[in-house]
Amino acid sequence: MAFSERFIEVDGCRLNLRRGGSGEPLLYLHGASGAPAVLPFMEKLAQRFDMLVPEHPGFGASDEPGWLENMHDLAYFYLDVLESLELRGLHLVGSSLGGWLALEMAVRDASRLKSLLLVGPAGISVPGVKPGDVFLWSPEELTRNLFFDPALAEKMLAQPMTPELLDVSLKNRHTVARLGWEPRMHDPFLRKWLHRVNVPVKIVWGEADKILPVAYAGEFKKLMPAAEVEIIPRCGHLPQAERPEEFCDIVMRFAGKR
Amino acid sequence: MEVILFHLMPYADLDLEKGRANGTVWVNLPNSNFDPVKGHKLYNRYLDELEYGEELGFDAIAVNEHHQTAYGLMPSPIVTASALARRTKRAKIAILGSALPLREHPLMVAEEHAMIDVISGGRLISGFVRGIGAEYHTFGVNPTFSHDRFHEAHDLIVRAWTEPGPFAFQGRHYNVQYVNLWPRPYQKPHPPIWIPSQGSRETIDWSAHPDRRYTYLQTFSPASVVQRYLKMYRDTCKGFGYEAEDRQLGWAVPVYVAQTDEAARREAKPHFEAFRNVFVRMPVEMLLPPGYTSRESLKSVMKAKAAMFADITLEKSIELGVIVCGSPASARAALESYWKDMRFGNLLVLCQFGTLPADLTRKNMELFAREVMPAVKAFRSSAELVR
Repeated sequence: MAFSERFIEVDGCRLNLRRGGSGEPLLYLHGASGAPAVLPFMEKLAQRFDMLVPEHPGFGASDEPGWLENMHDLAYFYLDVLESLELRGLHLVGSSLGGWLALEMAVRDASRLKSLLLVGPAGISVPGVKPGDVFLWSPEELTRNLFFDPALAEKMLAQPMTPELLDVSLKNRHTVARLGWEPRMHDPFLRKWLHRVNVPVKIVWGEADKILPVAYAGEFKKLMPAAEVEIIPRCGHLPQAERPEEFCDIVMRFAGKR
Repeated sequence: MEVILFHLMPYADLDLEKGRANGTVWVNLPNSNFDPVKGHKLYNRYLDELEYGEELGFDAIAVNEHHQTAYGLMPSPIVTASALARRTKRAKIAILGSALPLREHPLMVAEEHAMIDVISGGRLISGFVRGIGAEYHTFGVNPTFSHDRFHEAHDLIVRAWTEPGPFAFQGRHYNVQYVNLWPRPYQKPHPPIWIPSQGSRETIDWSAHPDRRYTYLQTFSPASVVQRYLKMYRDTCKGFGYEAEDRQLGWAVPVYVAQTDEAARREAKPHFEAFRNVFVRMPVEMLLPPGYTSRESLKSVMKAKAAMFADITLEKSIELGVIVCGSPASARAALESYWKDMRFGNLLVLCQFGTLPADLTRKNMELFAREVMPAVKAFRSSAELVR
């Protein structure tokens, strides 16, 4: 499935947007490591959906707008993106930091959403549960802690670091810090308003997640009792990368039936 | 030339093996390694050393701020500077500096510094810093806002010191309806402001600006690096259309003198190497969190990483000018040669470093004060003589 890649401009920010496939629209919001390439799970989902994969402001090839100071700014920006692209009946999928972003959007305005699927989302803190410190880990430790299967980390670490990739990774890291340094990867006020998410919600979590431990899933279930929760065994923080087949099945079963 | 005795107050009783095994003594070395009874002795010993600095004729005695680390036991330099304000009569007291972005409210800094200035009868030198990268990990303050918070806090403090109150301050990070400082500082218009730095372009441009002309201190770097940044500061001043005075430049460096070069090296070696290779050490992620420096600076540090993060011997450090160590004659010669290259008007000497014990520290201070300091104080550039 071919993906097009182009810049769109919203709120004075050039956003790099990949788009492919056809069907109901599905917007994928990436996590802290960005969305630098079309991955197999995106290809697969594009067989069923009109897949939209932007690089967030401050990530990858997108601009770094001066107005981007916190997650609320990013949520309002993406609500403007939905309006600007005239997206309706949208399936919103967010991973990690992108899951937090999806929730911040949905509590503000879910009127353009048809469903919300969250993959190991950040956005809340869980009393007594300590998330991994993505800012203190070295890049190598971080990569190793992303996956359950060490072979996947090895494969990723074996890729040579070009100056361009280094620039992008430093840019991404800067934006992640701006959005999530303190309070660490969450908004203490978000949990008060999660009841406003009035579309079907599914939460997917890797059982062996070392970034945001699986105990987070239980806390989300408490806060959003109507949400479906699915735990993937022998899987780390990125089920879409570590178990793409299984992940796509879950998305199809959840979003595809609606 | 002004000579300032600078102290870091390290936890010299640290089990160095534990520090090494942890990879760093910052952020996550368990505080079970700190013994308050030993800490009690150390604080009092270190304060005695600083007070002794006045007796020995140093122009100023200096303290600084570091958090949650064995590197330095002064999370609040306000506490140590306050103690010194009452126990000294002549020497200036330099806080180098208060970490502005880490403070919830800069008005507290304005108030505390003003108090010390008034109590000491105008002997305070105010230093402002951003805090080092590790402290953004320990405090949770967002490093990508570090520069913004620093500048805004600085503006609020200087206005609070100089403008008649009450007035309102509206910023992005701090908002106060009534800025109305009691006490106002003793010195007019306010205590001198010094900016200790590791040499960032942004900091040099900002402190050299004609509106500020703040004294720029280069801390703990090889002499060639110090020289480069001090020159950059002078060139920046020229770019602004004025000539920097020597008093606008300072160098902070560990110094150890003994009867002979050989004795100095032998005595300083284990303690300096503990300082350089255990107390200073931290991983790059801790040192430079995102946004603390520009991404370009971050990349150059990552390139130099191997050299920066490797162990370094005392001998190599002397060669690089990271420490001045030797007989009084060697120390005089080294400092004169560095001074001729750099023309700094302030020399900040660290006479205690790492695990250096009390007896060697005192001996070092005395010998330096008697046989090195008079010569150093006499360094005068021709420009100064004309004035």
